[in-house]
Formats: sequence, C-alpha cells, structure tokens
Amino acid sequence: MTSRSTQSAAIVELRGITKTYPGVVANDDIDLSFHAGEVHGLLGENGAGKSTLMNILSGMQQPGAGSIRVEGREVTIDSPHTAFELGIGTVHQHLTLVPTLTVLENLMMGSEGLRLDFTGARARFDELIDTLGARLSPSAVAGNLALGEQQQVEIIKALWRDTRMLILDEPTSMLTPQGVVELQRVLQRLKERGIAIVFITHKLHEAIEVGDRVSVLKAGRRVGGLEPDEVRAGSPLEIKRRIVDMMFGEGAAQLAGVTEMELRPEDGEHRRRLSSQVVLELIDACVDGGEDEMGLRDVSLAVHRGEILGIAGVDGNGQHELAQALAGQRGLSSGDVKLEGESIRRLGVPDRQRLGVRYLSDDRLHEGTVRDMSVAMNTVLKRIGQAPFWRRGAIQPRAIDTFAQDLVDRFTVRTPSVETNIGKLSGGNIQKVVLARELAFDPKLVIYNKPTTGLDVRTASFVRDQIRSQAELGISAIVISTELDELIALCDRIAVMSSGRLTGVVVNGRSAHTRVGELMLA
Amino acid sequence: MSTTLGADPVVEPGARRRAPGGGRLEAIAQAVVPVLLSVLASGVLLAILGRNPFSFYGAILDNGLLTGFGLQQSIVRMATLLLIAGGLIIAFRANLWNLGGDGQWLLASAFVAGFAPSVVNAIGGAVGLAAMLVLGAAVGAMWTVVPACLKAVYEVNEIITTLMMNFIGINLANILVKGPFLTELPGVPRTEILPLDQRLPRIGDTQIHVGILIAVGMMLLIHFVLTRTAIGLRLRVLASPEAARHVGVRPVRLTFMAFAASGALIGLSGAVSMLGDWGSFRADFNPAYGFLMVPLVFLARLNAVATIAFVALFAVIQIGGDTATRKADLPTDFILVLVGLLLFFMAITEFFRLRRAR
Repeated sequence: MTSRSTQSAAIVELRGITKTYPGVVANDDIDLSFHAGEVHGLLGENGAGKSTLMNILSGMQQPGAGSIRVEGREVTIDSPHTAFELGIGTVHQHLTLVPTLTVLENLMMGSEGLRLDFTGARARFDELIDTLGARLSPSAVAGNLALGEQQQVEIIKALWRDTRMLILDEPTSMLTPQGVVELQRVLQRLKERGIAIVFITHKLHEAIEVGDRVSVLKAGRRVGGLEPDEVRAGSPLEIKRRIVDMMFGEGAAQLAGVTEMELRPEDGEHRRRLSSQVVLELIDACVDGGEDEMGLRDVSLAVHRGEILGIAGVDGNGQHELAQALAGQRGLSSGDVKLEGESIRRLGVPDRQRLGVRYLSDDRLHEGTVRDMSVAMNTVLKRIGQAPFWRRGAIQPRAIDTFAQDLVDRFTVRTPSVETNIGKLSGGNIQKVVLARELAFDPKLVIYNKPTTGLDVRTASFVRDQIRSQAELGISAIVISTELDELIALCDRIAVMSSGRLTGVVVNGRSAHTRVGELMLA
Repeated sequence: MSTTLGADPVVEPGARRRAPGGGRLEAIAQAVVPVLLSVLASGVLLAILGRNPFSFYGAILDNGLLTGFGLQQSIVRMATLLLIAGGLIIAFRANLWNLGGDGQWLLASAFVAGFAPSVVNAIGGAVGLAAMLVLGAAVGAMWTVVPACLKAVYEVNEIITTLMMNFIGINLANILVKGPFLTELPGVPRTEILPLDQRLPRIGDTQIHVGILIAVGMMLLIHFVLTRTAIGLRLRVLASPEAARHVGVRPVRLTFMAFAASGALIGLSGAVSMLGDWGSFRADFNPAYGFLMVPLVFLARLNAVATIAFVALFAVIQIGGDTATRKADLPTDFILVLVGLLLFFMAITEFFRLRRAR
C-alpha cells in the first residue's frame, strides 16, 4: 500500500478528499501530493475549494471522505495541534500574531509546560532565522513590524516544530513588490532544506512563477495540473495557455484575458481623450488620522468628466482615508473639496450623495451593507427618509420593492428575492447590489474602493465593465486598488499614494507599469 | 462594541408576501411549548418539595388572572413592565445596551413621588399628573446622558457605564428619600403619600388606572416608529456602526436620541407606577424590573407588539405567584425559579428554531 514507487516520495498525499456543506460540495474527490523540496502551486478562483482543502490539511476541518497519508502512513488530522505534530505548518492569509507581544513571545505561544524556556526558544529562533535568511529582532513588538516582516514571523511560527510541509494561503495578498521578492527568496531557501511548500493563490502568474508543480482547482475539483517536468519544459506563455484551458475549458480561450484583466491599453497610445471639464477637485486636503490611522497630507487632485483616475499604492497608505474624506464620512482638517467648482467640504454623506458623489466601500460586508436587512432595504439605505421611498416619514414598502427588483434585474443579482437578507448572498452578488445602489439616481463621480477584491473572475470583470461603461457616459470615477494590473487595465491616469501623500500622477500608457512601481517605492 | 443583538427584521418591505399558514402556527408553538415545559419542570420541583403542583398552579391562575382583583393587579403591573420593556427595545434595536434601567426607574420614581403630592395639590389633578409623568420621563432621560455621551463621543462601552450609573441612581434615590423628600411618617423613610383620589384616574369601577392605556399606546407607537418610519430604520442601521457612518446617519445624535427615548420610557414607567399604584417611594425600594425585562424583550425578538403578550404572561405569574407561594408556604423567590425556568425553555426553543432555520 505504500507509495514508494513515486518519483520523489511524497511527504503528504491526499486521496479522494471530499467535503460537503449543506448545498455545497467544497471539495470533490481531490487527489493531490506534496513532495519534499517542491513548491506546489494551488490555483483557483474564489470558491474553488482552496480554503477548505487548506483547512483540512491544517486540522481545522475533517474531510467527509477520502484519506490523508503523511509519509505513507494514513493519518487523521483532527486538530491544528495534530497537524503540527505531523509536521504540517500553516501560514494563514490573515496574520494571527498578537500585536502587543514580542516576536519571541508570539513564537512561544504554543509551547507547553509551566515555565517558558527563553534560551531554548532563542536558539530555535536564531536557527530558523538563519534558514530563512531573514533579519528580525526577537524582541521587536509584533505590532510594530511591517506586514512582510510579520509574515516572516508567521512562517517561523509555522516552522517552529519539526515542520516538513508549509502551507501558505494567499501569501502575497498584503505584500509590497519588494516583500514578494523577499518571500520568493525565503521559499527558495526552504525548498533547499527539503520542505514541501503548498502555495495557495488565485493569481495565475504567481502560481507559474513560484510553483514547481501546479494544480488547478475549480468548483471543488482538481480539474488539471502540471507536473514538475512539464513546468520546466514549457514556455511561460504556453503554460499559461494550458492552465487557462484547464480553468475555463474548451472555447474559453477568450476568457484567458480575464485573469489578467480583460482590456490592456494599446501599447503607447492613450485610449481616450480627456474632457477639460473638472468635476471634482481636492485642494491641499489634510485629514487627521489620529494615532491608529494614516492621515492625509496636502493631497491635491482633479478628476475630469468621464475620466477614470486610479489611486495606486500599498494598502494602508491613506487610500481609505482619502475615499472617506471624498465621500463625506470624514472631515478635512484643512484644504477643500470642490464639486463642479462649488465647495462641498461642509456637506455630509446624504448631501454629497444627492449631489452625485457616490462611494463604493471596500468593506461591503460591514460598511457597505447591513447584513441582517433585506436586499431591498439595503438598496435604499443611503436614502432613508427620502421620497419616493418614504412619504411623510412613513416607509413605502412597495416603492422600495419595485426599485430593488429593478436593480436586481438590471445587474443580474442572484438572490431568491429582494426580501432575502443580504447577508445570505455571495460576495459577488452583494457587490452587485452595492454597485447598483451607488450607480442609481444620476451619479457624477463614483469612488470605487477596491471594487474587485475577493470577487470571482466573472463578477470582477462585470464590475470593471460597469466602471468603463459609466465612464463612457461621462461619469467620472476614482478607482482605488492595490492591484496595479487592474488600474492599468481601467484608468486614464494613475495617482500613487504613499504615507498619506500623493507621490505622483502617471498618464496610463506604455511605461505606466514601471513608473507607477517606481512611485510606489519612492 | 461588536456584540450584535439578534433583532428580528420584523416588518420589512415584502415581508407580507412571506408564506403564511405554517409560520403563524409555528410562532404559536414557539410561545406555548416553553410555557408547558417550564410548568412541567417546576411541577416536578414542587412535587419533590412535597407540594401539590396542581393546587399551586391553580392558585397562580386564580390570583393572577381569574379573580377580578388578581386580574386587575396583573394589568396594573403590566403597565409598569411594558413601559420598561418598550424603553429597552428602543435601545437594543440600535444595539445600545441600556442596562441602567433600574437606576433610571428608581430615580424617576423618587423624584415623581417626592414632588407629586405638593405639585398635584398646587396645580390640580390632570395638569399636575401630566406634569409628573413628564418629570418622570425627563429624569429617566437625564440619567442616560452620561452613558450616551461617553458612548457617542468617546466610544466607551455602554454596558459598563449604564451598569455603573445604576449604583449611583439607586443610592441617589435613597438619599433623596432619606433627605429632601423625607416625611414624618413612621416606619421606613418614605416620601409624602399621594392621596388615593389624586392618583392616576381609574378605569371604570376597577383598580386599573390609565397607566395601562399609556403603556399599550406607547408600545404600539414604538412598533410603528421602529418598523415603519425613517427614524426607526436609522436606529436599526446604528446597530452596524460602520454602515451607519457609510450611509450618513448621524451616530452621535442618534445615540443620544435612542438613549434618551429609552430612559424616558423607563422613567415614565416609574412615574406611572408611583402615581398609579404606590403613591409613595420608600427607602431601599428596588423591584429590579429593569433586569427582569431584558431577557423578555429578547425572547420577543425586540418586537414591541409581541412583547405585550410576553409581559402579560409575566405579570400574571408575578402577581398570582405572590399569593400562591404564600399559600403553599414557599418563599416568594420560588416564583423566580418558575420565571427562570420559563426563560430557560424559551431560550432553548429559540435555539432549536434558529438551528432549524439554518
């Protein structure tokens, strides 16, 4: 029964793993093997079953059927602790360090016994830091570290015991470009140590770049993959085409572009002519961020009619505060905002909303919607008390239902009905409802804050199409995104934010990618 | 604060299209099953204690519902409890945990009882009583200003502040009774007694005073406001603070308003209780109705109309149980056991309902 016949012995093997939830098959008969010294890229869209698979491997969930073998021995991973004992370490997408503890204290959290063994822990830390080739102080407070550094601590934590397999869930999602390079270097060193690495991602190019072996998951199934020799032999372009084929099947070649954004600017030439009319102007705007948040410092920008202005930058450099200041959710400490020449600085959200300034929040679950209210109610949340939805203070259910039904139809929202609680819809459908709400009633300028994060490919593409077609109608847009590719695909101009300032504006075109990258690092 | 109260969406657009039939039957079962289970469980308990459960329950029903006097007492009690429940519903709907009901209630009661005799004497019945009801509401509302301000402006957890304000409120009420409002009456320190003929008008030839009309009217009004008006929806949005900021409701102003309305209703309850049944405030008086109503309004899923039924049941058990325990030679606290079991089984049934819904 042992599988010694395989090329290099698999450290962990999955056979026929199946996991179902009521109404959903999250994993459907999945076979996978993970080998020593190899990065196994696990590629799939949202909802493809990557997270479930990871949870099963890390002991958070148990499969409904199928078997897991670790070094040929069949095992049951019934808790994260067991996974750890078996040498499987996991780095979750969202960092789990205790921000107030030091690096070393964080690493010792799982240790047993009454007394903490600081000397032993320090020795292990030095050993692992050497393995990783990282520079970290064990006495630094975790909360003060950069995200990339925190991730390195998480990796050390996952390797703390005698770990043979390391699972990384979307590890690049919060990293700067340099952070990604650094991570790749760390992975290389871990490979040399004979550690098997599972690299979970929804980005095609990452899976190809980093993975020695690639598996493609779709709708809970493993729909294909590439063996190491295939990865080595094929040209990047060919590999990409094969994987896209796996993901989208026959005749889906056009969709190939979808993963890499559906539209690329024609090299060198600018796509659209800018109107000279300025719709929104921000003049020397400052926002006091307080202790916890990034403020804005002297931000000035102008958005023209029908223009799509991108805001690029690493997350947490003031984009969120900029969006809130424009939407009226946050006051300016100095400077001014003008809509078509008139100052709107003193106006709150409802007034700006009425004037046509719309804000699509990046947190659609908590900020953009109220989850235990119906879809219908959520479509009018920004118009509470206004006609025709309220008359003399009293709610008009029929008017609201009709309005909501119309939006649902036009934006092809998949919901049992408009009276379903919005929290029960999928992320993509929630985003469509929110988008429909912001685009209703003559918008002039829409601020899209990370409009496609966490969406499946099709919905993301739908959202981008909406942004484009709105712009064609003369509605201006500010698109905030951490995905440079997305901004390049969408925008006329791209401004870059860093530490609460605008470090520059680049007209989209041939060298935009590099120039924006340079500004981000500046 | 991230705790979210499990509010029922009550009447939303489209709700009336929801399939009827099974829904109503289930709702009734939902209410009846826990009552039966708690009756059964405390029956076993009574049998173990060597009492006859049937005669005990018979006595509760007799003294709380079936005799004229008992029924009247229950209805009078209902008035007090309903107004408190209404106050709690408003706050809880906005995800504001006003746990300071007892402080608000007692302080309002003390003020009203202290001023009522002289005021009613001076400016006459109707106007005087109305002024006293307003005073009660005002005192209750005032007692929420500090927690509301701390919550709205400094984001201090209101569970703690309202609980703390209870201690101050309860003691302040006692200081008032033992100090400025103290009378020569023998026994426990108390305020001047409001003569029977100057209290809230009775309905017909009964002990029931107009408080119950005020209370039921208020509950219907609360229900309408929360489910049918813009302000009601804004309050419900306030329960999701990020969304509230995003859609542009004014969290600070709304928090003050919700707290004030909550405190005002609870204060009004104190006033109704003083002006209607007690007529005087005694030192160390604290029936702790505020806390008793908390689980009740949750089980009614913060629905003001449903709360009326729950409170009615509760009042009958409280009034009837008072006599029943005495007859059965049990401590009156046994009623709390019965109520506790009732709440327990209500929670259990609710748990299974939610699980089935999922």
